[in-house]
Amino acid sequence: MSTEARAGHFPAVDWEGGAFPYRVGHRKLGMWLFIVSDSLTFSALLIGYSYLRASNVWPTPFPFYPSIVFSSVMTFCLLSSSLTMVFGVSASSRGNKAGARKWILATIFFGLAFIILHLIEWNHLIQEGLRPFFLPEHWVKVFTLADGTPPTPLFGATFFAITGLHMFHVATGALYLGIVAARVKKLKHEDIEISGLYWHFVDLVWMFVFPLIYILSVDVGGHLAK
Amino acid sequence: MSAHADEHFAGTNKLFISIWGWLVVLTLIEIFLAYRPMPIHFMLTILLGLSIIKAALIVAYFMHLKFERFSLIITLIPMLVICICLLFVFFPDSFRSSELRYKFKEAPPVAPAPAEEP
Repeated sequence: MSTEARAGHFPAVDWEGGAFPYRVGHRKLGMWLFIVSDSLTFSALLIGYSYLRASNVWPTPFPFYPSIVFSSVMTFCLLSSSLTMVFGVSASSRGNKAGARKWILATIFFGLAFIILHLIEWNHLIQEGLRPFFLPEHWVKVFTLADGTPPTPLFGATFFAITGLHMFHVATGALYLGIVAARVKKLKHEDIEISGLYWHFVDLVWMFVFPLIYILSVDVGGHLAK
Repeated sequence: MSAHADEHFAGTNKLFISIWGWLVVLTLIEIFLAYRPMPIHFMLTILLGLSIIKAALIVAYFMHLKFERFSLIITLIPMLVICICLLFVFFPDSFRSSELRYKFKEAPPVAPAPAEEP
């Protein structure tokens, strides 16, 4: 008898790990592995940003209003969306599919609010003259060092790349949750839990993007306003 | 079917609300710290520390990893941490390249001098 055939008959005897070594289904394990690889994508981007920041003169241009106020409200929206998502998964685990749909729709609402606020915040900066490879002229004047070293024009590239990729993840997540909400009655509980994993991951990434991009670039002395 | 053991989702709504409360409080602390004058190294260490705590709360409770089998945790987390640490290998080069930058002794020239005719 071949090994495969024997494994078909006695899986637990041939391999003592059992049928489910992680006690999760293959789809949930797949989502976890995707989340690990996507974490590395964001880590690489944030470490690339830190590299550029450590080796250049870096502008710190964000005023309290609009940048910090907007980004704080956006953080609040994402944290609240994670809470509504976990309520949705919890309702689904009790077999309450209608409740799960309601909470998932609330999650989508907070996700869309995040995207709209972020686009308004982007628009403020674009109006001010920030581009991926150029700084606004008055930023260059204000943040040039006393010895004449100008601030790096890569500020915009890192800002738009990192926050843009994150916004793309939020938009994809909102679409994903929309499909889950529409098909919630047909889906198994595990599928809803998997969509929740993705959404919490998007929230988790923002917990690093917000302090590193926004909080560390606050214009504390109000130099730009002067 | 819905009462199947595999579909059990541990944690009460009260627990999740308290985790959300902690996450909001830690975020407010970060915003408060942004306006405290301190060296950027201290600021970076504190902010990253708070972010790691927030990430751990999200992964453990919202993503439910605390309630999963230990073999799943030990498969996912150490490899992620090791790979991220490996990315830090580039940092010494970043400090070196900032030292290599030309130091202007006066205001930088506006345009290069015209080339001499041979």
